[in-house]
Amino acid sequence: MEKIHLVLAEDDEDDRLFFSQAVEQLGLNIALTCVQNGVELLEYLENPENKVPDLVFLDLNMPLKGGIACLIDIRKNTALKDLSIAIYSTSSSDQDLEDCLVHGANIYINKPTDFEILKSLLLKVITINHQYDGLTLSKENFLLVV
Amino acid sequence: MNLVIGYQVHVLIRKIIDNELGKLNVKFKIHNYSQIEILEELPCTELETLTLRLAEYGIQIKESQRDQFIQKVKNTVTEIICNEDYYSLKLSNVISEKLNLSYGYISNAFSEQTLSTLENYIILQKIERAKTLLLCNEYTLSEIAFMLNYSSVGHLSSQFKKITGITSTQFIKIIKRRNCMTEERS
Repeated sequence: MEKIHLVLAEDDEDDRLFFSQAVEQLGLNIALTCVQNGVELLEYLENPENKVPDLVFLDLNMPLKGGIACLIDIRKNTALKDLSIAIYSTSSSDQDLEDCLVHGANIYINKPTDFEILKSLLLKVITINHQYDGLTLSKENFLLVV
Repeated sequence: MNLVIGYQVHVLIRKIIDNELGKLNVKFKIHNYSQIEILEELPCTELETLTLRLAEYGIQIKESQRDQFIQKVKNTVTEIICNEDYYSLKLSNVISEKLNLSYGYISNAFSEQTLSTLENYIILQKIERAKTLLLCNEYTLSEIAFMLNYSSVGHLSSQFKKITGITSTQFIKIIKRRNCMTEERS
């Protein structure tokens, strides 16, 4: 199976480590790229030399450019129309959840503190996202909350 | 007169690829002498031209048969889900008949290639179908449950929540707000 390419935008170093260890332990064929804020993320995604990843994980509260601002910019870019975006947030408020999905996120993940729970959530998100290949299943109505 | 020639295969291949892709005027990169990455959209007709031209040199563009098979299974599932006539029948039998292979074989091949099981994929497609029907504003959830052959509206609504993490009401609200916002922007 082809390599799955994920990008994580997260300013907290510990969270980045926690996340990348969980991804590694899933044992899937995954390449993970980490960026530290929204500006770096947009630079990465808009660089034509980088292939559009399969899935981006986006922290809501980041310096320079936050999650919602990133979402809006990404969805304005037609080249990134079909990019799957997962919000990775500590907020469990219904309002935040709805706002993110309305602004174009496909997936909303409540950041867990437990490592095993994070692994199982990531596995679910990655496998379901993989089914929305854009050919038989369009991403237009793809919403997932875990 | 006889000439004896020596040659380097990778130089030849490189030259041929450069020439043929150059004629189509597309940007590309060559990896490991066997993988060409086209850096822009290549229309189907041009891909056909390229396939034919490369064939003259004995170069084939490989499309994995397994990938093609999985796509066929997915297309069959879509066809079945979108056609109510099939709902009275057992889905596994219909899929097996349409592809002329045993369901066990199809389902194993699917699991090996897609990170999902065929059962889960069918459920996912049914929920996607329910979403589309919900968004046309013409049917209630009970009617959709009946159309998609769920035993009860409760069964559909719990499967919806299990698969998407939100209720069908929340789903409609979010998509409608999203559409309003996109319209305002444009």
